[in-house]
Parts: sequence; structure tokens; C-alpha cells
Amino acid sequence: MNVMEHLPALIIAIPLLAAFLTPLVDKISKKVRNAVVFIALAATFILTIFLVQDVFENGIMIYVMGASNPTQTIPMQAAVPIRIVLEIDGLSAFMALISVLIALIGLIYSFSHVEERGGKFYTLFLLMLVGMLGMELTGDLFNLFVFLEIASIASAALITYEFKRGSTTEAALKYIVISSIAALFVLFAIGLLYGEYDLLNMAAIAKAIKITGLSNIDMIALILFFAAFAMKAGAAPMHMWMPDAYGEAPGAVSMVLIAVTQASLYALLRMCFTIYADSLHVVIPAAIIIFGLISIFIGVTMALIQDDIKRLIAYAAVAEVGYILLAIGVGLYGVLNNEVELYARKALQGGIFHIFNDILDIGLLFLVAGGIIYITKERNLNKLGGLAHSMKYTSILFLIGLAAVAGLPPMNGFASKIMIYESVYKVSPILSIVAILASIIMLAIFVKIFHSVFTGPKISEQKDVPKLMLASMIILAALIIFFGLFPDIIINNVVNPAVNALIENAAYISNVMG
Amino acid sequence: MIYNLPFLTVVALIAIGMYAIIFKRNLIKIAVGITILESGVNLFLITLGYREGGVAPIFTNLPPGISPDQIPEKMVLPVPQALTLTSIVIGVAVLALILSFTINIYRKYGTLDAGKIRRLKE
Repeated sequence: MNVMEHLPALIIAIPLLAAFLTPLVDKISKKVRNAVVFIALAATFILTIFLVQDVFENGIMIYVMGASNPTQTIPMQAAVPIRIVLEIDGLSAFMALISVLIALIGLIYSFSHVEERGGKFYTLFLLMLVGMLGMELTGDLFNLFVFLEIASIASAALITYEFKRGSTTEAALKYIVISSIAALFVLFAIGLLYGEYDLLNMAAIAKAIKITGLSNIDMIALILFFAAFAMKAGAAPMHMWMPDAYGEAPGAVSMVLIAVTQASLYALLRMCFTIYADSLHVVIPAAIIIFGLISIFIGVTMALIQDDIKRLIAYAAVAEVGYILLAIGVGLYGVLNNEVELYARKALQGGIFHIFNDILDIGLLFLVAGGIIYITKERNLNKLGGLAHSMKYTSILFLIGLAAVAGLPPMNGFASKIMIYESVYKVSPILSIVAILASIIMLAIFVKIFHSVFTGPKISEQKDVPKLMLASMIILAALIIFFGLFPDIIINNVVNPAVNALIENAAYISNVMG
Repeated sequence: MIYNLPFLTVVALIAIGMYAIIFKRNLIKIAVGITILESGVNLFLITLGYREGGVAPIFTNLPPGISPDQIPEKMVLPVPQALTLTSIVIGVAVLALILSFTINIYRKYGTLDAGKIRRLKE
């Protein structure tokens, strides 16, 4: 068996197998269980790097499930793809890389403190990863729905992992209700498209829409998809589940939940840029831009008044999603108006780069907050204080995360935000004004947290966080600084293939349909 | 008209489901609403796959009078049925999860009223 040929299937299969192996191994020994989970995730990570390298060098990679030849998309005696096709282009590869990287860092972080009911925790953790990887790699609409549900169910169960606090279950219930409604919207839209074209393959549907033009049924399906994925991606005013879920989930899960959210964002991009592409009405990019602005505004203003440290960071995460949506909306607007080189390419580069930066910055802050809660058992900002005396490394790491999320120059947040400001300015100066203002407020908010949590007189004697926790935070901080100092390397090697995949969607169709 | 009846039922089920989810405050009723919404979507998928006088796509079990040499015209495509089955299975899992959350919320808060358990407001 040639491993390289079966990469896409293996990347989904290894964590899936490991997920159901974990509760069994857990009966033997905790150490063996941790080793199994870590080896499975590390193997997935290495395979993903191979996959990403292959996709960036040789273009789109196709894998047909159950076919004798994994690259034969259309079986003999048929005119359309029937089997489930995994199709990985630059954007899918980029998103898969982020998901696996973040899951690996989150796993190292979890090893330091998850002991009680650990078998279940790691099973759900791996299933969550399977869900988002599946969403990002698949080329089949119904498959997308199934993986969306797997990711939702696993994340909902993980949010309420500390179920002894009632509020975690409240957040999880909100999350699963919103997710299942969104998933049913998606299923209904898939049914509409299936009824019209008899197709489930995304590339085949994209081709059909391109040939026949946009019918009314397509438009209804588009609105359902758009509403569902925007809701799952946490675009305000449909963001209300996000601060609850992020704020109540245990440390590393909050960070990995951002990746789950971004998998939905990926699905939204796939709908807009690949399936509907040129037949989109200009109202869609306008809606994305408005959602982005509302998210930025609500995110920073609501963050100002929070007392709970994790909930505050969760609202900052809403604002960060707003930045991504703003840039993507402007990019889509430019692509539809044939102004790619004028500003759309730069906006998309900024937006896609910010997807990566968002998860690193907010993820680091979530990990630090999780560490503080783990050490002090206290979430209220007014009751915390003076932690810098005993938690030196953690406070430095928090400063790095703070600077990155506020978009201060040596950090990665600056690199992508400056691209967003520059490019959205060409559409309307108001957009950049709102974006820059929100960034400044964000800095003020986080300086306030730093002041109230870390500085001041020593309240009580505390240890610093466990070593593995610190290690995972240092990895994130190192990535943040590296991305901030050398943004060109990342943009040229990782972001640009994803942007090209968004702008030139013809290859996505022709690779499946021939 | 009679052929549109299933589609009208789909619309009615989805409307009832959405009504229950949006306007009811009892968590169990919200779970019921989601189930009704899901039944509506499942019925929609099944209706799409219906062909009048169709036969099951099993070559070894064809009704008499249909030659197995060629693909019979009346043979239905099994994809919508497969989709529906998958969706039902997922629906059961989601419903079980929602109900177990509801049980835990009732234990912690002593009420099922969505208006009274809102600790996470701002």
C-alpha cells in the first residue's frame, strides 16, 4: 500500500480509530492511554504536513472512497461522481494544518491536568478533531453534514465536561440546540440541491450551477447554507452561543473550539467561493461585511463589561471572527467585481492569515486563563490579583498574547491586521476606521485584565502552572513571534496557496469533473 | 394537489418545529421542537426519493416480470433513503445529548424554564 496515495483517508481514519481505542486502553493504564492518544495525534500531524506539502506543490489532491483507483472520480458507466470524494485544495490543506496543529498543542496542555474521566475526555477530543478534519477535507455535501454533526456533538459534550458547575451544561445545551438547528438547515439545503441536480458532490454541483445559472431553489439553498454556517462560525448577531461555550469549556477545549468554529467558516467560504462563485449576488459579500462589523463592535463592547476572565476572552474571540469576516467579505466583493489585483487579493490574504493568527492569539490567552483558573480556582477578575509575583512565565506569555490580539507591531496580529486595514480602506474608509478603533479598545481591555490579574500586591502564595501547560503555551508564543517577525514566509508558503484556491475555483471543479 | 401533500406536510412540520424552538420556554418542548423539525427534513428527503411504482434497487430480489439483464426503469436510486437513515441515526444521538443536558440542568437548577436558568446572560 502506498501511504502517500491514501493520505486523506488516513488523516481522518487514524484519529477516529484512536478515539474509540482510548476508552479501552484507559482500562489498562493512564500512561498507555496518553501515549496512544499522543502517538495517534502526532502521526496525524505528520501525515497532514505531508499532505499539505503535496497539495501546495502538485495542486489539488483527490481521494475517492471505496474506489479501486482512488483518483477515478467518475465510475465507469456513470456520468457524474457517485462515490464520496475527498478533495483537498490549498484552502482545505491550510485549514487541516491549523486544526491538527491546534489539537496537538491542546492535547499537550490537557495532559498536564486532565485525569478524572480522562478516557472519555480524550475520546471526545479526538472525535472533535475528526469532525473538523472531515469537514475540511471532504468534497461531498452530505459528508460535510455528517462531520459537522460529529464535531458539534463531541464539542457539546466537551463544553460540559466540568458538569458539576451547572452553567457549563447551560452553555452546552445552548451550543447543541444552535448546532442541531444549523445542521438541519444544512441538511434541508442539501436536500433542495439534491432534488434539483441529483448530485451531492460539491464540484459537480458547482459545475451544474455554473452551466444553468442560479435558480430560485439554489438561492433558497444558499440562504439556508449561509445562515447555518454563519451561525456556526459565530457571526454576530448569531454569536450568542459563542461566549457561553468558549467561556465555560475547560482550558484547551476553548482553544480547539475556535478551530471547530473555523471549520464552519471554511464551509461558508467553500459555499461562497467555490459552489456559487460567480453567480452570487453582491448582497452576500455585503452581508458578510456587515456581520463582520457587527461582530467587531459587539465583541469589543461586550468584552469591556465582563468580570469572568474566560468570558471576556471569548468576547474578544467574537471580535476576531469579525475581522476575518470583514476581510473575507471585502475579498468576495472584489472577486465578484473583477477587482482582484486592486484589493481583493490583499484582503483575502489578510483574512486567511488572520484565521491562523486568531487561533494562535486567542488560543494562547485561553490557555493562560485556563492555567490561572487551574492554579487559583478563581474566574472573577475582581478577586484575582498580584499573580505576577508567583507566575512569572505565565504573565510574560499573557503579555505576548495581549500584544498579539491587540495588533501591536512585533506580533502576528499586526501583520494580518495591517493587511486588512489597508485593503478594506479601498472599499470604504469607514470599514478600516471601525477595525482600527476596535483594535485600540481591545488593547485597553487586555491591559485592564493584565493590570487586575497580574500586577498589584501578592494576595496569596501560588505555584506556577505545570510544566506541560507551560510548554504548550510557549509553543504558541513562539509561533506568534515567528509569524510576526517573518510574515512573508508564512504568506508566501502557506497563505497564498489558500488564497489562490479561493480566487481560482475552476481547478476545484475540473479535477473532479474532468 | 395530492402529489404536493408530502411537501405541504414538510412545510407544516418545519414551521411547527421552528415555532416550538423559538417560542417555547420549556427545555423538553424545545427538544421536541428539534425532533419535529428533523422529521420535517427527513420527510423532505424521503419524498424526493419517491417514484411511483418504483422497485427496490436489489437485483437478486426483483418482482416477477422484470428482466434482470438490464437495469429496470422503475428501479429507484437509494441515495435519499441512505441519507435519511444517516440523518435519523444522528438525530437520535443529538436528542439523547439534549435530553441528558436537560436532566443535568434540572438537577442543578430545579427548573426546566429557559427563562429562569439563565445564569450566562451578558
